[in-house]
Amino acid sequence: MNEQTPPATERAEKLKGLGCARKRVEDARFIQGKGNYVDDIKMPGMLFGDFVRSPYAHARVVSVDKAAALALPGVVAVLTAADLEPLNLHWMPTLAGDKQMVLADGKVLFQGQEVAFVVAEDRYIAADAVELVEVEYEELPVVTDPFKALDPDAPVLREDIADQKEGAHGPRRHPNHIFTWEQGDEAATNAVLAGAAQSENAVVVEEMIQYHRCHPCPLETCGCVASMDKVNGKLTVWGTFQAPHAVRTIASLISGIAEHNIRIVSPDIGGGFGTKVGVYPGYICAIVASIVTGVPVKWVEDRIENLIATAFARDYWMQGKIAATKDGKITGLWCHTTADHGAFDACADPSKFPAGFMNICTGSYDIPTAWLAVDGVYTNKAPGGVAYRCSFRVTEASYFIERMIDILAIKLDMDPVELRMKNFIRKDQFPYQSALGWEYDSGDYHTAMEKVLKAVDYDGLRREQAARVEAFKRGETRKLMGIGVSHFTEIVGAGPVKNCDILGLGMFDSCAIRIHPTGSVTARLGTISQGQGHATTFAQILASEIGIPADDITVEEGDTDTAPYGLGTYGSRSTPVAGAAAAMAGRKIRAKAQMIAAWLLEVHDDDLEWDVDRFVVKGAPERFKTMTELAFAAYNQAVPGLEPGLEAVSYYDPPNMTFPFGAYISVMDIDVDTGEVEIRRFYALDDCGTRINPMIIEGQVHGGLTEAVAIVLGQEIAYDEDGNVMTGTLMDFFLPTAVEAPHYETDHTTTPSPHHPIGAKGVGESPNVGGVSCLANAVNDAFRAFGHVHAQMPHDHWRVWKIAEGLGLHG
Amino acid sequence: MAKMHVKMTVNGKPVEALAEPRTLLIHFLREEMCLTGPHIGCDTTHCGACTVDLDGKSVKSCTIFVGQANGAEITTIEGIANADGSLHVLQEMFREHHGLQCGFCTPGMIVRAHRLLAENPDPTEAEVRMGISGNLCRCTGYQNIVKAILAAAATLNAEKEAAE
Repeated sequence: MNEQTPPATERAEKLKGLGCARKRVEDARFIQGKGNYVDDIKMPGMLFGDFVRSPYAHARVVSVDKAAALALPGVVAVLTAADLEPLNLHWMPTLAGDKQMVLADGKVLFQGQEVAFVVAEDRYIAADAVELVEVEYEELPVVTDPFKALDPDAPVLREDIADQKEGAHGPRRHPNHIFTWEQGDEAATNAVLAGAAQSENAVVVEEMIQYHRCHPCPLETCGCVASMDKVNGKLTVWGTFQAPHAVRTIASLISGIAEHNIRIVSPDIGGGFGTKVGVYPGYICAIVASIVTGVPVKWVEDRIENLIATAFARDYWMQGKIAATKDGKITGLWCHTTADHGAFDACADPSKFPAGFMNICTGSYDIPTAWLAVDGVYTNKAPGGVAYRCSFRVTEASYFIERMIDILAIKLDMDPVELRMKNFIRKDQFPYQSALGWEYDSGDYHTAMEKVLKAVDYDGLRREQAARVEAFKRGETRKLMGIGVSHFTEIVGAGPVKNCDILGLGMFDSCAIRIHPTGSVTARLGTISQGQGHATTFAQILASEIGIPADDITVEEGDTDTAPYGLGTYGSRSTPVAGAAAAMAGRKIRAKAQMIAAWLLEVHDDDLEWDVDRFVVKGAPERFKTMTELAFAAYNQAVPGLEPGLEAVSYYDPPNMTFPFGAYISVMDIDVDTGEVEIRRFYALDDCGTRINPMIIEGQVHGGLTEAVAIVLGQEIAYDEDGNVMTGTLMDFFLPTAVEAPHYETDHTTTPSPHHPIGAKGVGESPNVGGVSCLANAVNDAFRAFGHVHAQMPHDHWRVWKIAEGLGLHG
Repeated sequence: MAKMHVKMTVNGKPVEALAEPRTLLIHFLREEMCLTGPHIGCDTTHCGACTVDLDGKSVKSCTIFVGQANGAEITTIEGIANADGSLHVLQEMFREHHGLQCGFCTPGMIVRAHRLLAENPDPTEAEVRMGISGNLCRCTGYQNIVKAILAAAATLNAEKEAAE
C-alpha cells in the first residue's frame, strides 16, 4: 500500500455498502411533497373513470339503463359488460387460474362489484353520472359462510362454471368448491393422532383457529392512468403495480396488443402490502376507455371502494390437531383449512400453490409427521386472498401453529416457552427437511429465543403475572396481564423457477448495471419499491460488490421499457431474489474490470486481488487500479479480446427459498371490565440473515408490527348475513393511530442464508408474521389462569370483554 | 355548474381562480394549483394525508369546500421549507430518523407536526402521539415519526435559545 492509499476500512466506509445505516435517497422528494404518485399524473385532455357498483351481494342484473348518464354534459361514455364482450374483455383471467368479471355479466356476486364504468371530463361529473345509471337487480339468496357454501342445497354462485368438475388446481366436488390442496402424509398423521389419543403417555389437542378477513389498506388506494397513443400504436399505463412486468404480459395476452407496444410504469407507490399485486377491473376499463376515446383515462378508487372491492387478505378457518408426549415432544400435526376466497379465485399465489405456502405450518418445530389439506370455497364476498405483508399465507400458517403450541402448552400444563424450546429444530439439523416438503436453509432458534428471554426477564414477567392473578382474585385490581410468546419461521423469496411461477412466468428476478465512464452507475431491477427503500439498499449491495460508493449509484425500477424483466415486489422477495441478481450482476462487472486491470497493469488476471474498491497486484500493493479508473478504461482502452463498455445483467433463479425467523415477546395489561388492551412492551428479535441497512430493517419491523397490532386488536372486513360490508370506511375499519401504536424494542441475531450470494433473507414481512401470533397469544394468555383456552381474533374491546364475561370475571 | 370567484393566499402567494362551489379544497390545490404534495387517502377525514394549514389551524382539505377557504391563508408541504429554500428542521429530522417509508402520509404529517410545534414547542412523547393522531401512517408504526418530531422540537428550541 502506498502513502496515498487510505486504509481499507476507511475506503469501505466511504462506499456506504452492506451494513451501513445509510439515510434514504428517496426521502428528499417525499419530505418536500415532490413524490410522483399515480393520482399526481395530469395529462392534456385526460378523462376520469368511475364505477357503478352493486349494492347487492348476489343478484341478477336485469337491465342497465345508461341514457340519463349519457345525457349529462361532460359524460363521454358508459361501459357495461355488453360493450366489453365484443373485445372479449368482459371477463379477465385471475392470477390463480380462475376468471373474473370485469363488469357484471348477467349477475353480481359481491357487494361493491363493478357493474358499469362511467367516463367523464372530470371526476365530479363522473361521480354525478354514476348516480344516474339505472340498474335493475333481482336479488338472489346470499352465502357468506364458507361452510354453508358447501351444503348440498347451497345456492350456486358461479353459474359460469357450475358444471365444471375440474378446476385450475384439480377436481371440484361442489359448484361452490374451488380446489383441494393436500400436503404431507394423511394416513401416518392419523395413525399418530389415534395412537396418542389411546396412550396414557400422550395427549392430543384440537381447535378451530380462524384468521379473520382483513385488508392491506395501504394509505394510497389503487389506480391508473391509461394512455393509448393511436399514432404510434403504443399503450402506456401508469399505475399502482407491485409487478409491472407481469401486468405488461397479462395486458398483452388479454388485449392482443403486442408486448413491445405496451409500457407499464409504476411511479411512486403509496404502500402496497400485497394489495397492488393483482389486476383489477379498473385497470382494464381505463385501458379500454383510452383505446376507445384516444385520450388518457385516469381511474383512482376511493377508500370505500378499496375496502369493499379490492383484494382482501386471510379469511382462513384452520381446524387443527396436535399430538405430543406427556413430557411435551410433538409427534404429529394435522390441519384442515377452509379457505374463503369470495366470488372469484383471485389469490395472488404462485400457480402450483393454491393455498400459498400454508405448508410452512409446522413452523419452527421438528414435527416428524404432518398433514395439511386446504379447501378453497366461493362465497358472496369480494375476491382476493392476497399476501398482506406476508409471503403467500405464511401469516396464516404461523398464526395457526403458534396458537396450537400455546393450546398444547395449556393441556400439558407447561410454560409455552419451555414447550417451544423442547421442539425447536436444532441448529445442527439445518438444512432441515420439513414433514410438509420444505428444506429450511438455516436457523438458530434456541439462541434467538434465549436472547429475548434474557432481555425481557421472562421469569420475572411470569412471577409478576402470577402475583397479578392473585391480586385480581383478592379484588385489588381489575386488570390482568398477558404475556405473548411467538417464534416464527418465514418462507420468502419466491422463488425457484422449477416450482414457482405466476401464470407461467417463472419467479426469477433481475438486475442490469451500466457503469458510466466517470465511474458512476445506473442499475435497474425487475422489482418495485412501495416504501421499502430499494433505491437506498440495492445501491448498498452494489457498492460492496463493485467498490463504487452507493451515493454514485442510481437505482431505477418500475418502468418496463427500461427495467429488465422481473416478477416484482411482494412476499419479501426483493432482497432474496432481485438483491441476489444485483450481487451476481455486480460480480460480472467486477470480473470484466479485473480483466481490464490485468491488461493495464500487465499482469495475469490471477495475479490480482480485490481490495474494497480496486484491484491490486498480489505482493505489490503500490500497483493497483481503482474501479473509477477501470470504468474510464472500459470506454477508452482497446483491450485485446474484450468489448468496450462496462455493463452486466443478471437474471437470478434462486435455488431455494430463504427462511427468516424471529422470537417475539409482548406484554399487555387488559382491563377486564372494558376489554381495553394496553401493550406495555413489545420485544422483537429478527434474524433476516445478512443485514443490508439496519435503519431500514428497524423501520420495516416497526411498520410490520403495527400492522399486526391492527389485525389482532380490531381490523376486520366484516359482513352481515346479507353480504353487506360492515367495515367499509376508516370509521369502522381499524388502523392504529400513534396513540394505539406501542413503543417497540428491536434486536437481532444473524444467521446468513447459505445459498444467497450475500446471505440475506428478507425482512419486510417477518414482523407481521410473528407479531400477529405474539399479540394474540398475549390476549389469550391473560385469561389462561381462569381456564380460558382460545378465542378468535380480532380482539377488539367488545370481544375481549366477552372472554371475561364468559369466564364469569364480571361477578 | 356556475363557478365562483375565490381568492386566497397559498404558500405566501396570492391566488385567484374560478371554481365550482362544490370543489373540495384538496382537489383545488392538487388539480388547479398543481400542488400535489397533499394526498387523498380516505375521502372521509380519517387519514390526514390531505392535511394543510389554514389560518393557523391544521385542517383536512378533503372535507372543506374551496369556498370555505375563500380569503384564507393556506400552507401546504410545498410551503414548509425555509425562506432561503433550505429544508425546514422537521423535513430534515424526518429523513434523519427514518420517519417515512412510502412517503404518502409524509406531507400531511409534516404539515401537522409543523402546526403542533407552533402550538406546543416542547411536547412530551405522549403529546406528540396525541397531536398527530389525526394522521394515519401504514408503514412506519409511528415510532420514528415521533422521534423525528421530538428531535425537531429540540433543535428548534436550541436554535431559539442560542438566538436569545
